[in-house]
Amino acid sequence: MIIRGDEPEQIKLLRKLYKPGNYFMQGNEAVAYGALFAGCRFYAGYPITPSSEIAETMARELPKLGGYYLQMEDEIGSIAAMIGASWTGFKVMTATAGPGFSLMQENLGYAVMTETPLVLVDVQRSGPSTGQATKGAQGDFFQARWGTHGDHPIVAVSPTSGQDAFWEIIRAFNIAERLRTPVVFLFDGILAHTRELVKIPDVDEVKITYRKLPQNEEEAKLPFGDPHGDGVPPMPLFGHGYFTHVTGSTHKENGLRDVYTPEVHDRLVRRIHRKIEQNRHVYEKYEEHFTDDAEILVVSWGVTARPALGAVLKARREGIKVGLFVPKTVHPFPGERMRELGKRVRAVLVPEMNLGQMILEVQRFVNDDVLLKGVNKIGGVPLTVEEILREIRGVA
Amino acid sequence: MMYLKSAYEIRDKYLRKDMLPTIFCPGCGIGSVLQFTLRAIDDLGLNQDEIVWVSGIGCSSRVPGFVNFDGLHTTHGRALAFATGIKLTNPNLKIIAFMGDGDTAAIGGNHFIHAIRRNLDVTVILINNFTYGMTGGQVAPTTLKGLRGTTAPYGQFENPFDIAGLAVAAGANYVARWTVFNYLQGINSIKKALSKEGFTLVEFLSPCPVSFGRRNRMKTAPELIRWYQKITVPLAKAKKMPPEELEGKIVIGEFVDRDRPGLVREYQEYIKRAKRMMGWEQ
Ligand SMILES: Cc1ncc(C[n+]2csc(CCOP(=O)(O)OP(=O)(O)O)c2C)c(N)n1
Ligand code: SF4
Ligand SMILES: [Mg+2]
Repeated sequence: MIIRGDEPEQIKLLRKLYKPGNYFMQGNEAVAYGALFAGCRFYAGYPITPSSEIAETMARELPKLGGYYLQMEDEIGSIAAMIGASWTGFKVMTATAGPGFSLMQENLGYAVMTETPLVLVDVQRSGPSTGQATKGAQGDFFQARWGTHGDHPIVAVSPTSGQDAFWEIIRAFNIAERLRTPVVFLFDGILAHTRELVKIPDVDEVKITYRKLPQNEEEAKLPFGDPHGDGVPPMPLFGHGYFTHVTGSTHKENGLRDVYTPEVHDRLVRRIHRKIEQNRHVYEKYEEHFTDDAEILVVSWGVTARPALGAVLKARREGIKVGLFVPKTVHPFPGERMRELGKRVRAVLVPEMNLGQMILEVQRFVNDDVLLKGVNKIGGVPLTVEEILREIRGVA
Repeated sequence: MMYLKSAYEIRDKYLRKDMLPTIFCPGCGIGSVLQFTLRAIDDLGLNQDEIVWVSGIGCSSRVPGFVNFDGLHTTHGRALAFATGIKLTNPNLKIIAFMGDGDTAAIGGNHFIHAIRRNLDVTVILINNFTYGMTGGQVAPTTLKGLRGTTAPYGQFENPFDIAGLAVAAGANYVARWTVFNYLQGINSIKKALSKEGFTLVEFLSPCPVSFGRRNRMKTAPELIRWYQKITVPLAKAKKMPPEELEGKIVIGEFVDRDRPGLVREYQEYIKRAKRMMGWEQ
């Protein structure tokens, strides 16, 4: 019943439909194709600029693969339907932008609490509210982290190009499945609508993972336990006779509700946190350029990492010892590496298309004697190489 | 014959012993409706492994936690949206959504009408107690004009929703409404609902003496049932009554029984159409 991306029949179809080679495509299309390669066979969403091409591509392609595309009545329903489909064993995705991401927060929390794998693409656009609907931004950095209520961990991945988006969405699915957790994919309106070269690989080059399933009755009866010590419980699927009970209320290892025993809540929520903390190797990822001898460090992410790299290259030609650090998994933030790098430099610049969000994470890991400065731009227009270069020269 | 199995037998087969007793107050109607539903399942001989119970939040929504089935206890009002993903991706599973009136018609109103519009293959068992039971008796979108709740202490001034009527208008395949007093009709309706394709709904007027009755001079379940008998009119009789006489009454019975294709079938047809249009299939 489950349509898995690694079945021979599906691999044959993928090869037939998406020939390896170079394509000129939109970032949004790259996300959609990446998701199909990752094994996503269920999509539920609600149209919103600048994410709609992801829905449109999935609506066109999923039926060819025997998969499911549903346009729901709103974003609340979209993520709900995804969670339902995830419990029958499907890899699931939705894509939205700020206003829809806000509506999804309720059930994103439900997915965290019920440890439901899913990938939620937020194509960031200029807010607050409807803001500049068609313009890109990076203003949802902390919404991804803290948008839903209560103590919770979250994993968020942010790519820097169309090509990168293709591979990073696959990585996002692998993380979601490995850790039985929702993963937020922080894309943005600029990369989403930029057409550039995207190389589609052969299916064999794509490594995909599926969630752990219970190996015996005992594991199946503890869908929220930790039988392997890695914090990740195997996930019994609906329809297998296990009588699995799933609730967003506090529950015991067997899934049954217990909201009155403090220890039960403590154990559950701490294990969900530990699951993410102790599996850093599964998701931690960053890029570094010229950090070996850098005296000035630029820290940037997503779309802004590109002009940031341009500026660093130019500054290097001018003889300025500047490096670039780009977290690719932005939550949890790669703090340890940031701390090491921060010790070696005298200034850190953080360019981003918001009024200063990732910089607050950076601040947690660099000492007070390091000059820390944001390079911020809003209004829907990306930062330029010149603008960032000027700031680098300013602290050189 | 078929309904003579003892309640103990039903209980032992279908309830999670470690979750008992239930949270329901003395006189609450939810337990009765749960029993009707389990008897209907038992009578139809449905496979316990192939039924998933979904719910939102509320007293009524706690039911999936008490039964030996797969269950998804979700967020307030959203059960049907969750159900859509389950049913579509595993059509072998039968979905029972146990919902409250506030859950269904207030916060979940949009999911409700759209699930019906899609003709999602699901059976909704609706507990209409005219109130927000779980949160202590605030008025609901079903509270009849003049009745009291903690948030309308001087009597409800808004118009109520007729949820069964809404479901008929939105296109459901099967819609019936009974009170918990209509034991046989209720079980028969649930059986019918469970046997059909597409969206089916059985609504029950269900006593909530604690949050609702108490505030409306009906402190006990028998008082509430007597009140139901006063305000309900069987459909056949209602058809012959002039509209003025029906004012303030609630019609009970089977409102619609039709066979429009359900979402699962429609989607499967859609996939076939896609393959034909791709030239892959004739
Ligand atoms: C988003 C959200 N808003 C409010 C609540 C609080 N709440 C819990 S149950 C409930 C009402 C329940 O009424 P109903 O659906 O009629 O179920 P009943 O308890 O009467 O069976 C409310 C408002 C909630 N859990 N979630
Ligand atoms: S509050 Fe009302 S609906 Fe809830 S359990 Fe008590 S009687 Fe039943
Ligand atoms: Mg109610």
